[in-house]
Amino acid sequence: MVNLTVDGKNISVSEGTMLLEAIRGAGISIPTLCAHEAVSRSGACRLCVVEIKKGTRTRIVTSCLYAAEEGLIVDTKSERVLNVRRLVMELLLARCPESDVLKKLAQELGVEPQARFVADTDKGKCILCRSCVRVCEEVVGVSAIGLFARGSHKTVGTAYNEKSDVCIGCGACVYVCPTGHIEMISTGDKRKIWGRTFKMQPCDKCGKYFAPVDQLKFISKKTGVPLSELTVCTECR
Amino acid sequence: MTKASNIAATTKTIVKKHGRDKSALIAVLQDIQEAFNYLPKDALKAAGKSLGIPFSRVYEVATFYNAFSLKPRGEHIVKICMGTACHVRGAAAIQDKMERTLCIKPGETTPDNKFSLETVNCVGACALGPVVVIDTEYHGQVTMNKVDKIIGKLKEEGAQQ
Repeated sequence: MVNLTVDGKNISVSEGTMLLEAIRGAGISIPTLCAHEAVSRSGACRLCVVEIKKGTRTRIVTSCLYAAEEGLIVDTKSERVLNVRRLVMELLLARCPESDVLKKLAQELGVEPQARFVADTDKGKCILCRSCVRVCEEVVGVSAIGLFARGSHKTVGTAYNEKSDVCIGCGACVYVCPTGHIEMISTGDKRKIWGRTFKMQPCDKCGKYFAPVDQLKFISKKTGVPLSELTVCTECR
Repeated sequence: MTKASNIAATTKTIVKKHGRDKSALIAVLQDIQEAFNYLPKDALKAAGKSLGIPFSRVYEVATFYNAFSLKPRGEHIVKICMGTACHVRGAAAIQDKMERTLCIKPGETTPDNKFSLETVNCVGACALGPVVVIDTEYHGQVTMNKVDKIIGKLKEEGAQQ
């Protein structure tokens, strides 16, 4: 166990616990976008910044990636933290002015769009947190998508912006996306994502279309369970 | 045009040369670019497959580095240094002259596939500015006249072959 102080409260957490969990465990809220239980941490959104004090030195760190340390003094609401967080929020808002999630979060943080950061019009709602790319690689295991180019040209998508032949249409990327950038259109027996249309499998019992056929084939191949046993939806199983 | 089978075979040889090591991806891509003067899509696919790296990941690396080109490039690659030192010594005028001489803009290739024009940020030879690098040869203190001379010489060499 390690003992630390968060906003004047003494708490103890098990070794290796990230500051974010330790702070939230103490009942203090920290805004985040990219921290998702399904994917590894990347510290991409920068909203979870806190100020830490070790000895006489203080610095700003991303709490989602900083492991709790013995004797650490954490301040989540110092003027310095709030300033950094507001700036991050202003920049995120300038990148994705259309995102409702960001707008709501900005309102909670008391941040308004700034004239000095010219709003982007071509970035959609993507904040480039890489969560979708991570889930596709780490959880699904197909790596159909990636972040291409760099700097202001960086975009998320499939290679060459073409239909990916490894994508299984599972929609995990849509699920983890914090801002709802990725578009998935489901219409009855069809699902369209990343420019590809997937055929949906109807449930053998209730007839509801519940998963893309390609996804079931992928699961069958990976687990060895015959495809015929997978054609029942989770509710009827 | 290089045939797809040739691309795949060449890529395979290159990957083998690097011991099928995942961490050698950049070196593999550099060698592929050396072989074809750019990174063909089929080569990226083949390299990813034999290295065990997803295609999307290979494409990420290929699009990240400016040194890699996904578009076919000319026989000679003309790089004009736009670094601060070269800039103050008139790199913009050299660029202008080069554009008019070759009739292309940076990032483009001449229709005869002889020259590609690129601008780079610094080649580390600031004392020689303005610098133009053609293929692996550095030309320092480039003037309008020198541009004509260098390009003329390369065109002549090409005509003789």
